[in-house]
Amino acid sequence: MYDWPILSVVTFLPLVGALLIVLMIRGDDEVAKRNARWVALWATLVTFVISLLLLFGFDPSNTDFQFVEHRTWLGDAAAYRMGVDGISLPFVILTTFLMPICILTSWESIQHRVKEYMICFLVLETLMVGTFSALDLLLFYFFFEGGLIPMFLIIGIWGGKRRIYATFKFFLYTLAGSVLMMLAIMAMYWQAGTTDVTVLLKHSFPTGMQTWLWLAFFASFAVKMPMWPVHTWLPDAHVEAPTAGSVILAGILLKMGGYGLLRFSLPMFPDASAYFAPLVFTLSVVAIIYTSLVAMMQEDIKKLIAYSSVAHMGYVTMGIFTLTQEGIQGAVFQMVSHGFVASALFLCVGVIYDRMHTREIAAYGGLVNRMPIYATIFLILTMANVGLPGTSGFVGEFLTLMSTFGRNNWVTFFATTGVILSAAYALWLYRRVVFGPLEKDSLKSILDVNRRELVCLVPLVVLTILFGVWPGPILDACNVAVGAIVARADVAAGAVKAASLVLP
Amino acid sequence: MYQAIVFLPLVGFLVVGLFGRALGARASELITTSLLFVSAFFAWIVFFRTAFGGHEGTVELFTWIASGNLDVKWALKVDTLTAVMLILVTTVSSLVHLYSMGYMHEDPSRPRFFAYLSLFTFAMLMLVTSDNLVQLFFGWEGVGLASYLLIGFWYDKPSACAAAMKAFIVNRVGDFGFALGIFAVFYMTGSVSFEAVFAAAPSLADKSLHFLGHEWSAPTIICLLLFVGAMGKSAQLGLHTWLPDAMEGPTPVSALIHAATMVTAGVFMVARLSPLFELSQTALNVVLFVGASTAFFAATIGCVQNDIKRVIAYSTCSQLGYMFVALGTGAYSVGVFHLLTHGFFKALLFLSAGSVIHAMHHEQDMRHMGGLWRKIPFTYATMMIGGLALTGFPFTAGYFSKDAIIETAFASHSPFSTYAWTLTVVAAALTSFYTWRQMFMTFHGHPHDHHHYDHAHESPLTMLIPLGVLSVGAVFAGMILYPYFVGHDVEHFFREAIFMGTDNKILEEIHHIPGWAKWAPTVMMALGFVVAYWMYILKPSVPKALARQNDLLYRFLLNKWYFDELYDVLFVRSAKWLGTFLWKEGDGRVIDGYGPNGVSARVLDVTDRVVRLQTGYLYHYAFVMLVGVAALITWFMFGGAH
Repeated sequence: MYDWPILSVVTFLPLVGALLIVLMIRGDDEVAKRNARWVALWATLVTFVISLLLLFGFDPSNTDFQFVEHRTWLGDAAAYRMGVDGISLPFVILTTFLMPICILTSWESIQHRVKEYMICFLVLETLMVGTFSALDLLLFYFFFEGGLIPMFLIIGIWGGKRRIYATFKFFLYTLAGSVLMMLAIMAMYWQAGTTDVTVLLKHSFPTGMQTWLWLAFFASFAVKMPMWPVHTWLPDAHVEAPTAGSVILAGILLKMGGYGLLRFSLPMFPDASAYFAPLVFTLSVVAIIYTSLVAMMQEDIKKLIAYSSVAHMGYVTMGIFTLTQEGIQGAVFQMVSHGFVASALFLCVGVIYDRMHTREIAAYGGLVNRMPIYATIFLILTMANVGLPGTSGFVGEFLTLMSTFGRNNWVTFFATTGVILSAAYALWLYRRVVFGPLEKDSLKSILDVNRRELVCLVPLVVLTILFGVWPGPILDACNVAVGAIVARADVAAGAVKAASLVLP
Repeated sequence: MYQAIVFLPLVGFLVVGLFGRALGARASELITTSLLFVSAFFAWIVFFRTAFGGHEGTVELFTWIASGNLDVKWALKVDTLTAVMLILVTTVSSLVHLYSMGYMHEDPSRPRFFAYLSLFTFAMLMLVTSDNLVQLFFGWEGVGLASYLLIGFWYDKPSACAAAMKAFIVNRVGDFGFALGIFAVFYMTGSVSFEAVFAAAPSLADKSLHFLGHEWSAPTIICLLLFVGAMGKSAQLGLHTWLPDAMEGPTPVSALIHAATMVTAGVFMVARLSPLFELSQTALNVVLFVGASTAFFAATIGCVQNDIKRVIAYSTCSQLGYMFVALGTGAYSVGVFHLLTHGFFKALLFLSAGSVIHAMHHEQDMRHMGGLWRKIPFTYATMMIGGLALTGFPFTAGYFSKDAIIETAFASHSPFSTYAWTLTVVAAALTSFYTWRQMFMTFHGHPHDHHHYDHAHESPLTMLIPLGVLSVGAVFAGMILYPYFVGHDVEHFFREAIFMGTDNKILEEIHHIPGWAKWAPTVMMALGFVVAYWMYILKPSVPKALARQNDLLYRFLLNKWYFDELYDVLFVRSAKWLGTFLWKEGDGRVIDGYGPNGVSARVLDVTDRVVRLQTGYLYHYAFVMLVGVAALITWFMFGGAH
């Protein structure tokens, strides 16, 4: 499409920004802080603008990977292969889009080690975009796992009081997953003789081996999603992370799990995916009900939203494993939508946290009296979080739920109770924080959102409504790529059926 | 034209919602109200062209959700059923806008109020013009959102916030069923558009659907699930608890949303889906049973309430029950008829009550009123008209529509026919009783609160004009429209908008029921009046004595059959307990206890004192990862060359 390696540019441009900060900015005074912020903002903005070129150049009807790049590295085995299809492209754009918002939202709230903070975020962006565009297992593993290091630092250095505990938990969970995935990657290379994803996508692994490979990958992705019962790192990580950290965590890092399932588990291990679908359904349904109930009783705003994220990811895993066009497209959409909605909700929490320095629900009440614009934005996002039709939250939930009906309507029945529970926790939160009389003295002088905060929030709110009314761009983008996965799953299902027919 | 009707209120909402503060209250009121009147004007044109001119049509706007086999479009479909709803919604809404200009004139947040009213109207219009189930669901939840915002309009009142939340969540319980119903329809027919679903409907008749471990007849389970949605929105028995609490909202809201339009969405939905409901006698029986039970149940509670708005709220609940009775007997047009007439006279009653409240400086307790007819004669007259129409006084709107419903219950062949007829006839007496009780307590007798009484004043013209217009509707709507909804022109009028199976002769049969059954509701109405007159005019000591003698019954009714208390224990408390339990025990003790904390406690013992984060875990992690990558690389380069 373009005669220059656009994907590599998008991926590594933030790293260039980070290098600039390292090399050019000295000292720790106000000027240095300001320069670091501006460099980071420009780096992320330019990256975002360039990534939009991907959108214009992308052909949604093409079944192959696009903008493919290939450089040899490590002999014949592993190579530097990049490329995107309709599933990864939305996430690349989502990443580059959220990044400037993260920088902006940290503008005033981060005052110490600004330089290092910005470097962390820029490196993180490179690793995240790389994760979504890597077409080589080894490269993917490098980006996927590497992304944890800056995240780890962000929580560990700029986090809250219990940040050590949170990072430790985060570390333990992800370590367990990544070790297994590494073993699986080695086994795949041993069996298929390559780490090229495009080749592996067409490769058929023996059924018995698929089971093990699937489990190993699943361990890693399930932690990332996170799925019940390996979700308990997320609330702690969110609570301790600075606002921008939470935005990235909820907006992008959680999506890596779902993306991994779609890119690797489903197409590479179709038999195992069909075999384990009931397990995933069970975990998803438990996640939706369990975490919704837990979310309802939280006393910390961020924890509540974190638990609600786990519930929403339950719809994603459920949709993916219906192995139907509607279910998987719904899951992709739900992930993107959650990227907007949860990010914006965390930004909303950040707004009041910056003013009051507490996240406790009980410390608020009656904010609408002093912050009408904030109340409006928070309301729209709350409604998107409960999946009100007309917001982007609805489309994904609806498609994933609908697609399960043909698979197993017990699953549909229990998962649909999520619409009641989500209304309960989200509205209760809204009522306690925003509604009511403004009685607390500490809140009497609180100010409404300022212009910088509006610049962060308004694009997210606009997209939430736009994609709620017109989800076409995302659904169309991933249509063909999802179709390919479904076709492969159908072939596998047919083979299983044929095999079971032969066997008495 | 269709677009103008539906989107003008949206324009009003957006303009006033975004710039209301800059525009100021007066400009906001004028913008939204005038846009609504334009919309209503077009709606009437469309009504005549559609219902009498035969111009039906669907305007497709653009694709909403397209994925796999699902293809949902934003579309505006207008047939007679929709046209009837269009005139009801836009007329009542525009009158309520006008009325609110007077009623809310002291409120500082008027732009917000008018924006919400217009948002509601838009959502309701999207609901009635949808040509598929998903857009119906959009409107359905959209009106729920507007209702939530308007009930909680005075957000400083904790009771208003609680009521708003309750309304939304209880409605979500209904929507849970509705959503499952949509999924089932899609699963069985592969489509969600009305046209395709109705075309496929006949083939569903003998199909079965395995749902939750039970083999159901497909139309039955689909209709029952969808009906759960209707029950939530239309506040039927079991899911009715939100409606009385919704009276926390400003009175014009109660008139528009919680009487005339939104709560009738359930009735509209069943009528719209008549091709599906016609396939399942079981589902219709359930509708009939629930409707009759609600009609009776809500009427009993209405008899003892003291808040002027709550009486009307329970009355609404009861009248919605009547509408479902008609639907349950298969007389869809009769249900829609009552929906329409009820919309006019109930909006009238609410707005009159609002005028009383306005006159009494926001006093709502009828025990503090009395003798007001001298002070506010116009309001008295309009409330009387509304009351007469509600009780079914001969030749008013309610007389035609409500009595027709009771006749359908009598003529029906359903096993619940007698049950429904008995309850609706008794409820007719109760309706008359509570209506007259309300009239007597409010307007007759001696003033109980002289301070308020002395300051009582008639409302401004902006409030009286809507009352006058609605009074005309409450008197004449029944008389004029009877032939089109009940009489001989039904088929001509509705055409394909309402489907009735070939065996469904209910509209024919109600004209052949015995005379005594025909007159029973009218007799009951007179009886209710006599009792009320005796208890509240002749012997005002009787009600108190009765309440004391039947203390248990009185308290049972006063406490609304203890539904709220029961639900609180069953759902609210248990959900909270379960949430806490799962959080503290499940996440805390089991998962963290045996998972990361168990492990980390061991590790932390050793490392915590030795290394700090920046030097410790991060390097561990980076180290592990590097070792991993190094191992992989080594292996690829050397071991991989097999």
